[in-house]
Amino acid sequence: MNGVEVLRFALRGLAANKMRSALTMLGILIGVAAVILLVAIGEGSSQQIQQNIQRLGANSLTITPSTSGGGGGPGGFARAAGGGGGRDGGQAGRQNTGPRVQARDLTVDDARALADPANAPSVKSVSPVVTAQAQSAAYEGASHSISQLVGTYPSYFEASNKPVAKGSYFYNDDVLAARKVVVIGQTVAENLFGAVDPLGKQITVSGVPFTVVGVLKETGSSGFQDADDVAIAPLPAVQQSLTGFGPLGQILVQAKSAEAVDAAQAEVTEVLDQRHGITGSASADYRILNQATLQETVSAATGTFTVLLGAVAAISLLVGGIGITNIMLVTVTERTREIGIRKAIGAPKGAILGQFLAEATMLSLVGGLLGVLIAVAGAQFTIAGVRPVIVPTSIALALGVSVVIGLFFGSYPANRAAGLRPIEALRFE
Amino acid sequence: MRPDPPVLDLSNVTKVYGEGETAVRALRGVSLRVERGDYVAIMGASGSGKSTLMNIVGCLDVPTGGTYHLDGTDVGGLDERRLAIVRNRKIGFVFQSFNLIPRMSALANVELPLAYGGVRAAERRRRALAALDRVGLAERVHHQPNELSGGQQQRVAVARALVTAPTLLLADEPTGALDSKSSEDVMNIFDRLSASGRTLVVITHEEEVAAHAKRIVRLVDGRIVEDVRVAPAGGPPPRLAEVAS
Repeated sequence: MNGVEVLRFALRGLAANKMRSALTMLGILIGVAAVILLVAIGEGSSQQIQQNIQRLGANSLTITPSTSGGGGGPGGFARAAGGGGGRDGGQAGRQNTGPRVQARDLTVDDARALADPANAPSVKSVSPVVTAQAQSAAYEGASHSISQLVGTYPSYFEASNKPVAKGSYFYNDDVLAARKVVVIGQTVAENLFGAVDPLGKQITVSGVPFTVVGVLKETGSSGFQDADDVAIAPLPAVQQSLTGFGPLGQILVQAKSAEAVDAAQAEVTEVLDQRHGITGSASADYRILNQATLQETVSAATGTFTVLLGAVAAISLLVGGIGITNIMLVTVTERTREIGIRKAIGAPKGAILGQFLAEATMLSLVGGLLGVLIAVAGAQFTIAGVRPVIVPTSIALALGVSVVIGLFFGSYPANRAAGLRPIEALRFE
Repeated sequence: MRPDPPVLDLSNVTKVYGEGETAVRALRGVSLRVERGDYVAIMGASGSGKSTLMNIVGCLDVPTGGTYHLDGTDVGGLDERRLAIVRNRKIGFVFQSFNLIPRMSALANVELPLAYGGVRAAERRRRALAALDRVGLAERVHHQPNELSGGQQQRVAVARALVTAPTLLLADEPTGALDSKSSEDVMNIFDRLSASGRTLVVITHEEEVAAHAKRIVRLVDGRIVEDVRVAPAGGPPPRLAEVAS
């Protein structure tokens, strides 16, 4: 009685009741497919989020003004009320931590100070940024609302990872001369120009004419926001015509290398603390968004999310396993007489045990393999906006677990079959 | 043949089912020796204990008291694993209700005891085909039990019992579920087996069946009441002898 024999008997047993075997397999199939697919979706969304973060720019730090500790909010009001910007006694009552200084806005001077290699040797480039939201642009009757018009320096293109597909960037000269040139995103180009080549054409943004010098490479949509619905122009041009010479929306700092990001952050913190008069326990009036830190935080979060999905799927696998026990118990009862005959003609206990264990394991293994197939097929489609990425270990794990489930959940019915006394089993009708 | 131990040697075997006041004493001390080559019919009305005796002889059940030697081996002291081996090697069963395994071809059914005995596939097939040929079913080896008549099914069961060349062929009411023609076929096969030197024990309540045996043992209320030898153990069975003479 060898292994092949046992498998043959098991196969015959399963084939005898195809519908039941198929339905039992379905339980395991769904479980395995769910585990693999849900983990793949978790992994896919994790990768997508990581990509979106990377799109913010490599090795970049984003400095934004922090309004949490500020006076009456950012911008003009604080300036007007605070005047010289000394200590503001009125704020003390609202703050629960330490002494505070009047929140200061980010200025172009801040950016210049950060660009000084003596102060910040790890910094490669600094781009001050002002943003005008929802600017209506028009070209020969076609109009489009640009969701983000960015005014900045040429270094912004590299730091924020926005390469140009057609035409060129604008240059430092353009910035110094405050020329009204603009590099537009793919969405803007399509909506305003359609098939026409936009290079060299003049568009009006909120009534102000800008000349298109370049079109950005398509980056694809990132979640809810269309990353291609942007236009980038020299900082002074935007300030002059659209936003006014107010505070900066953010400063984008690019570190010299991935290793230098943390050093750059420390240097930036030091320079800004000094310039904004922040000492000791006072909380900063700006916030630095470190891309690497953000990535770590997000991967931790998505990791938890993936585990959660996997756990839910694992429960369905468990339910499938219980289905196997159930069906095998029915099978053993139904085939009691057959077991009796086999024992009467000399089947050892091990052979009966092996046969039923093999049946249970085959149910779970075949179900598991089909589940893998379906999961792999399902992962080819985009599900809920996420492109699933199959994790190979999840396949191995789900298959392995399904076999273990077959052995574990099959062992009780198989033991019951093997333990039957032949004389009673034969008498069973 | 003499120096060989008897195929069956039961001495003062008792079997009690249940305990206390509800206890049923199915066998009340049965002693029986069956020599090699004998053909014994065990007769009795229902409730006489013949099924219990059959279970004990067939190593499907263990006696409450007394000793049982099968082919020189004390079966009483064997564990479940060894009993399975004894059933496989030394005993061939033929049941009243055929007890073939459904959805398995005649050939696969006959091969089954060899498979459990660890015989290789090629050898197994050869022996199974030979056994089916002996019962006249060489043409129907690939039919499943539900495609065979009752008589044919019983002949497959006989082939299955024979295929391991067991020391003892044990039949429990082999013709109980058959019409007279099929019964005749099966009993003819038994006669020929006996003539070729096999040891047969047939349990029956039909005089017609018992008439084929060389020796008739009658059981009443768990005791042997009559033990008649019709023909010598070494010679041909009585029916074949009649035909010959």
